[in-house]
Amino acid sequence: MKKLIALVLALVMCLAATAALADGIKVGIINLDPSESGYREANVKDLNETFTAENGYDATFVTAPTADKQLEAAKGFITDGVKYILVSAAETTGWDDVLQEAKDNGIGVFLFDRMIECDPELYTAAVVSDMRSEGVTAVEWLESLGLEEYNILHIQGQLGSAAQIGRSEPLQEKVAADDKWTMVREGTGGDSWDPEEARKIAQAAIDAGEKFNIVYAENDGMADGVVAALDAAGITHGVNGDVVIMGFDCNKWALRKLLAGEWNYDGQCSPFQAKLIDEMIKGLEEGKEIEGLNELKQIINVEKGFDAKTITEDDVNTYGLGE
Amino acid sequence: MSKKQKNGSRTGSPGQLMIPLVALGILILFNLFRDPSFFAIGIAVNNSGNSVLSGNLISIIDSASALAIISMGMTLVTAACGGQDISVGAVGAIAGSFFVKVLNRGSSITIGSVILGIIVCCLGTILFMLFNGTLVSVFRIQPMIATLILFSCGRSIAYWINGSATPQLISPIISAMGMTIPGIPIPTPIFAVILMGVLLYLVFKFTNLRLYTQSVGINEGAARLNGVNPVMIKLLSFVLLGVCVSVAAVIGVCRLGQLNHKTLLIDIEMDAILAVAIGGNNLGGGKFRIIGSVLGAYIIQMLTTTLYAMNVAPVNVKAYKAIVIIIIVVAGSPVIKAKISSLITRLKSRNESVAEKEVA
Repeated sequence: MKKLIALVLALVMCLAATAALADGIKVGIINLDPSESGYREANVKDLNETFTAENGYDATFVTAPTADKQLEAAKGFITDGVKYILVSAAETTGWDDVLQEAKDNGIGVFLFDRMIECDPELYTAAVVSDMRSEGVTAVEWLESLGLEEYNILHIQGQLGSAAQIGRSEPLQEKVAADDKWTMVREGTGGDSWDPEEARKIAQAAIDAGEKFNIVYAENDGMADGVVAALDAAGITHGVNGDVVIMGFDCNKWALRKLLAGEWNYDGQCSPFQAKLIDEMIKGLEEGKEIEGLNELKQIINVEKGFDAKTITEDDVNTYGLGE
Repeated sequence: MSKKQKNGSRTGSPGQLMIPLVALGILILFNLFRDPSFFAIGIAVNNSGNSVLSGNLISIIDSASALAIISMGMTLVTAACGGQDISVGAVGAIAGSFFVKVLNRGSSITIGSVILGIIVCCLGTILFMLFNGTLVSVFRIQPMIATLILFSCGRSIAYWINGSATPQLISPIISAMGMTIPGIPIPTPIFAVILMGVLLYLVFKFTNLRLYTQSVGINEGAARLNGVNPVMIKLLSFVLLGVCVSVAAVIGVCRLGQLNHKTLLIDIEMDAILAVAIGGNNLGGGKFRIIGSVLGAYIIQMLTTTLYAMNVAPVNVKAYKAIVIIIIVVAGSPVIKAKISSLITRLKSRNESVAEKEVA
């Protein structure tokens, strides 16, 4: 009986080993819920399309909106014996133990899109956007318009998120430093970057009789919400209108509005990190070192901003997210 | 039977509309004293080159549309079942998903596909509402518990249906439905409210639905003994609520030109229940007046817009709104009503006795 069990076990192990060999590099990918936004949807799709069996990977995908589920998934991957873990963390803290465990087991960890606050020794590399430079680019563009006065309606994203802080701070600093720049009203679309909430903030400003000529919304959906309020109140906007409309994320539909001159500016936030990570993993497998990392082991995705006056049909198709 | 008595027996108590009318009057007076320009109406030309009516009053009537329509249906469910449907917001997201799904299947949005979208949206929503209705009428589960199921999972179902985080609907037809039709400066959602109101009025005028609903709400057993099928009446109230939710969802989707399944009609169930309560309807079922609930919806929106005009930020509005609503609801409570009426009779009798003394 014992012999039989041993034989069966040996067989199973052999099978498992050959299966592992056949299926390529074993990676575990932890992401956020794709229903969160157009950005996340594009991000999840990009990873799904890159880490395929044809591309030499045996990838397991987990999308979880909360930190505890993500940590659970990470522990599962470690027990499973994956070679690499890719994480976009729901919360920036609380990862130290799990990452240490992964390191002890010789698992490489790549952070994408969102940073984790921990010792950089605990991860291999991070591919992220520089949210602050997105904000700086947008404010510089706004300044280049050379308007008489800047009366700004500022719609913030989820308060405390890296994207919100990075996009808000350059604007707030400019308003504090320059007398011509005034913050007429500041509000947040909340945790879901809600366009309807943005519409209400704009509606409230209009109802209160406030005059603004700039709308600085920290994502496309919220900019669209404000535009709905402007249209209902009969306030013109865009290239030939009274109010300048600014958004972020570069969804395809938003870039089309730029092309039509209804909006003025859209700042890019690239969800495409998969290719870079893929190249790094392939490099490591061939025994190469990863180059070009900064002190936080980051690789910054290069991003730009689009102006309604210069955007082309090609830009829309190349940089636009979704359909 | 005199006409007045007949009316009294067919509809809610005659004094039912006192509370919402007084509340509305106070809000109007308050705004008149605060800033008469609150009521100014202007005409402006928007980006699409349409003339639109602008001003706070238009903004109130326009913004309250979805709430007014849902509170009509909520009144019916409340009257028949003696409880409320708390899933209307989540089911609204499902309704919006059906609508968007149909429209995004074709290559372009035409009037035909919009009509098809609305029909599919109505049918799909009615199906989900029948699920609620069956739990409530056949299995006799408390409405709030029965509808808790779709309240919690409805928005995930909406995401499965539309399969995309924020699908866009970009077409002049959609903006005409959510904003204004070119050449007509009045916001389109206002017409939707009128249409739904007229529809329900006709249903009540030409059928016995009002009488049946009230009798089921007041005493189910007695209604059954008199040949009314309570299960059917309750299911019917959910079907009508389903139609209301579909129309409200279509308004919500068209207004923004996009669907966000997480936030479409969010928290509207609470406002709708409030509108029913402010309208003086008994939340325990029975007699009802839909016009009261509609007034309630406009009061809630007028309150919000007044607070906006007084520079209260949207995130803080809820707290201020709560204070005013507590006052309205408490003022409409039976205890306070009884106190007031006894005070009035005492004042009257004292006046009479004073008058008698003077005569003596």
